[in-house]
This record gives sequence, structure tokens and C-alpha cells, in this order.
Amino acid sequence: MAAPNYNPTELMICLAARQIPDGVTAFIGTGIPMLAASLAQKMHAPNLIPVFEFGGTGAILKRLPRAVGEGRTFYRGLVASGICDTMETAARGFIDYGFLGGAQIDPYGNLNSTIIGPQHHPPKVRLPGSGGANDVGSLCWRTIIIIRHDKLRFVPKVDFITTPGYLTGPGAREAAGLPPGTGPYRVVSTLALLDFDEETKWMRLLATNPGVTVEQVIENTGFELIIPPNVGQNEPPTDEELRILREEVDPEQFYI
Amino acid sequence: MRILESGMGELLQPIDLDEFRQWNREKKAHGLVDKLMTEQEAISRFVYDGCYIGTELYGTVRAPMSLAREVVRQGKKDLRVAGQGVLELDLWLGAHLVKTLDITYIGLEVYGTSHCLRREVESGRVEKVVEWSNGGITWRFKAASMGVPFIPVRSMLGTDTFRYSAAKVAECPFTGMKVCLIPALILDVGLIHVHRADRYGNAQIEGISGFAFELARASKRLIISAEEIVDTEEIRRYPDRTTIPYYLVDAVVHAPFGSYPGEMVYMYERDEEAIREWVEASKTEEGTQAYLNQYVYGVANHQEYLELVGWERLQRVKAAVEGR
Repeated sequence: MAAPNYNPTELMICLAARQIPDGVTAFIGTGIPMLAASLAQKMHAPNLIPVFEFGGTGAILKRLPRAVGEGRTFYRGLVASGICDTMETAARGFIDYGFLGGAQIDPYGNLNSTIIGPQHHPPKVRLPGSGGANDVGSLCWRTIIIIRHDKLRFVPKVDFITTPGYLTGPGAREAAGLPPGTGPYRVVSTLALLDFDEETKWMRLLATNPGVTVEQVIENTGFELIIPPNVGQNEPPTDEELRILREEVDPEQFYI
Repeated sequence: MRILESGMGELLQPIDLDEFRQWNREKKAHGLVDKLMTEQEAISRFVYDGCYIGTELYGTVRAPMSLAREVVRQGKKDLRVAGQGVLELDLWLGAHLVKTLDITYIGLEVYGTSHCLRREVESGRVEKVVEWSNGGITWRFKAASMGVPFIPVRSMLGTDTFRYSAAKVAECPFTGMKVCLIPALILDVGLIHVHRADRYGNAQIEGISGFAFELARASKRLIISAEEIVDTEEIRRYPDRTTIPYYLVDAVVHAPFGSYPGEMVYMYERDEEAIREWVEASKTEEGTQAYLNQYVYGVANHQEYLELVGWERLQRVKAAVEGR
């Protein structure tokens, strides 16, 4: 098979962008979510309203922001407010989607971006911390997780639950006091697209990425996935997606 | 109210709201007083060893970089820090000035994990680390600004972020639902960079306001640095633009390019090359100290720093501002 004409990051961006419908509000964090939102806005979702935690709402993502507070997060935007406004807007149920990443993910979609190792302090490895991730994972309706796929990241138990997925399983979010009807919706990885079983809240394989087998996904996951009888196949990035991504979304090649 | 669960993190700063009220009555000027001074004077007067200090916004965006560098230059140590930052807090960590952290995010954004944070926390030189979310820490400022001891929110619940925080879960006395109680955080000192202010401290911010509104109102001492010092007549013409009123402010510092190498929206862009220089230098202890020697200890003040950076570069970031 010929080598693909895109890299794994470009593939994840395209797959994530396809998950965002038009006419919704979406909380956007630093990195790949910004590229995915920008690509979606330029492709099929011109009415996507990006919300950036430090106050930018409704920006036209003409140029790629490099920080969640910078001017490009409210370039020709509709609102430039502050972090209380955006977080409280999510708390009132206005934010449809939230994008998250992390260093580790478990079968319930719990995410770690705080420490690696068994001990909190001093830790083996100190990561940046929650930032807005915990709030996004708590308060947005549907969260989409974007993460590289390997056994170091897809683990049975995260070292630290920075951001809530389904916690310990069905009903756990509600029991903890989190708003009902919220939680992880999709996982976009370098190997596959995954979701969570409605009954068990356990991670399930939806579709493999181009050139990837179900076995490869299983081998690179540190826990048992639910494998339904019919696993789909994700379409590779189209020429149009790649062109817009490279020429318009990230021409400075910050990420891709 | 029934408390169902308590985070095991320590409350690094006691919540004394009545003392805060007394402070605001006695230690703050309620009339208009000229507070214009230099970075050197402001930091030496109001920042002290062991104080609890916070900055706004983020190291690459409207951050009080000239003030942050002056804190390093004066070697204010054992700082207890509200940990939401990029380059500004990295400088303090790199200079070994931080003793304890209420952390939500310290990192290099697109450039990943902070090397200084890793060295200081993994070695245990930062003695205590208490976890929060960005919403969480800002609501702590908001509680202080409201003059109340806590705010109930629906974040942080069910997670280790909560378990290693100093928050509590309680049963709401009205609805019976579980809520996370976020304790007020009263800062000894807050540092905020703004677009313009008058000499009394009335300050205007353009673009997003981040958490300036809340942090300003939660600080016992507030140092404002401003790109531009304007006449009070300018403030009076558009009072709706005053984000931070004079009575909150203890010092006003004129700091053009005060957010450099970060951006100041509508005024100048970030300097990617200069940011990368820190990212590279901070990878090692030696590199960090060499950087601090060159850009902080090696210059007497912000003016000398700007001369070291060079006007050509500063003009370039100014020219790079995008039209709207």
C-alpha cells in the first residue's frame, strides 16, 4: 500500500473536525482542537461558535490561535468577556461540545493531565494540571477527546483523574453531583474513532483509521475494548481537507 | 449544611473576610491618590518574602512581565503562588522563588510541559501543591471579591483534582444536590497588566478580560502596569470601560511593552522567536540561569530590558498586529 499523503496529526485533525456539526457551541482548548475547529468552520460548519475559556466567543478562526487567551480567539468575534462568563455559560448548559486532550485515558474516559506515577507530591512527572479541562469535562454536554493511541496513554487506570469521564461507570457522574446527561462522547485517536457503550459507559471501537486493523487497535490499547460486530472504517482526509488544513488553517506549520 | 467530602489539600491562604474588610477600610486610599511609580518601587514596597501572590492573564497574553521580572530581580522568595500561568510563573520557578502552589495550569501551551515546573515540583523544592481547575481558582477570586467565604459550583466533583484540592463537597440546603464548595482566595498581592490607566489606578482592558475583574477585587495589594498612562479625563469620558477602579489599586507602573514577549491585543503581537528562546533555555538549570542573568539580573529595569531586546524587534511585533 502506498504511504499516505498525510501525517497522523493531520488525520486526527480531520477526524475531529468531522465530529463537529454546524450551528453548535464548542469549547476549544490549545492545540489540535483549535485546528479541528478552524477546519470545521472552513469546511462544513461555518456557523460553529468557538468558545475559548478566557472570554472569546464566536471568533472567525481566520488565523490559528496559539494560546487560549490571545487576540485570535476573538478575531471578529461576537463576545470578548472573561473566564467566569465562559465557564458559567457552560454551567448553565449552553455549551454543546468540549474538546479535551490528556496524557492518559481510561476505559471510562477519565483523563489525566496532572501527574505521572503513583504519588501526588513530589511526583515522578509533573504535568501542567487541569487548566480548564476539568470544567469543560464537567459542564459541557458532550466532550470529544483527542489523543495519540498507544498503551502508555490508553491505560486501565489513570494515575490521576484530572478531568471526569464516566468516573467508575454508569451513574457515577450523577452520583458525584455532575450535571446529568453530560460526559465523554467520542475519542479521536491516531488509530481509531471510539465512543462509550450506552449501558456500561465502557469505551467501544466505532471505526478504524485508514490502513489500521482492529487487531492493531486492540494491541495498542492497555485495556479491553468493546468490539462490536460491525466496526466501521474512517475515510482518509480528502484533498480538500488537506489543502484547507495546510494552506489556510496552519500555513505557519505550527502543529502539522 | 452537610459536608460530604473534604479535599485533602491545604488551604494555603487563610480566609479572613472581616480582616479583609478592615484592611480595605484602613489600608486602602478611598480618595484619589497619585500612585504612579516604577516597577522597582512597586515591587519593593508591596511584594514581600512569603507573601501569597497571583498574576493575570497568561505569560504569552497580557501578562505583567515587567513586574514578574522585577520580582525575580529583587529575589522575593518563599512565594505562595496562585498557579495559573506560562512565562511569568516559569521565571519565578526558574529562579527558585516559589514555595507553595495552588495550581491549575502552569505550562508552555503549544510548547508543552514547563521544564521549570517539573524541576521545582519533582525535586520537592516546591513544598506543597494544591490542585484546582481554571474555573475553580477563578471562582475562588470571585468568592473573595463578593466578600463571602465560598461559592458552590458544579466543577471538580468526583475527581482527583477535587481530592487534592482544599474544596469540599456539600449537600445543598435548598435543593439537596451535591455541590463543590470553592473557598475564597484573598491574595496578599496581585499583578495585572492593562492597556491603559490613569495615575490613580483606574484601568481599562481591551479584548477579553480573562480573570482581571476577579483577581483585582480579591487582592489586598494590587499593582497595575499599563502600556499607557492617560489623563483622568480620558477615564471620565468612558467610565463604562473601567475594569479596575482606582480604590483597588496600590501602584500604577508605566510599562510600554509590559507583556513582551507575549502579546497585547490591538497593540503588539507575541514574539515567537523570543518565546522559543525561553522554551529552549529553560530545558536545563544552566540554561535557565544564563537566561535570567542575561534578561533579568543583567539589566537594571524594564527600560534597559527593552533596549536589550532592541527597538527594531519591538517595532516588528507592533507592525505585526492584524487588522480586525
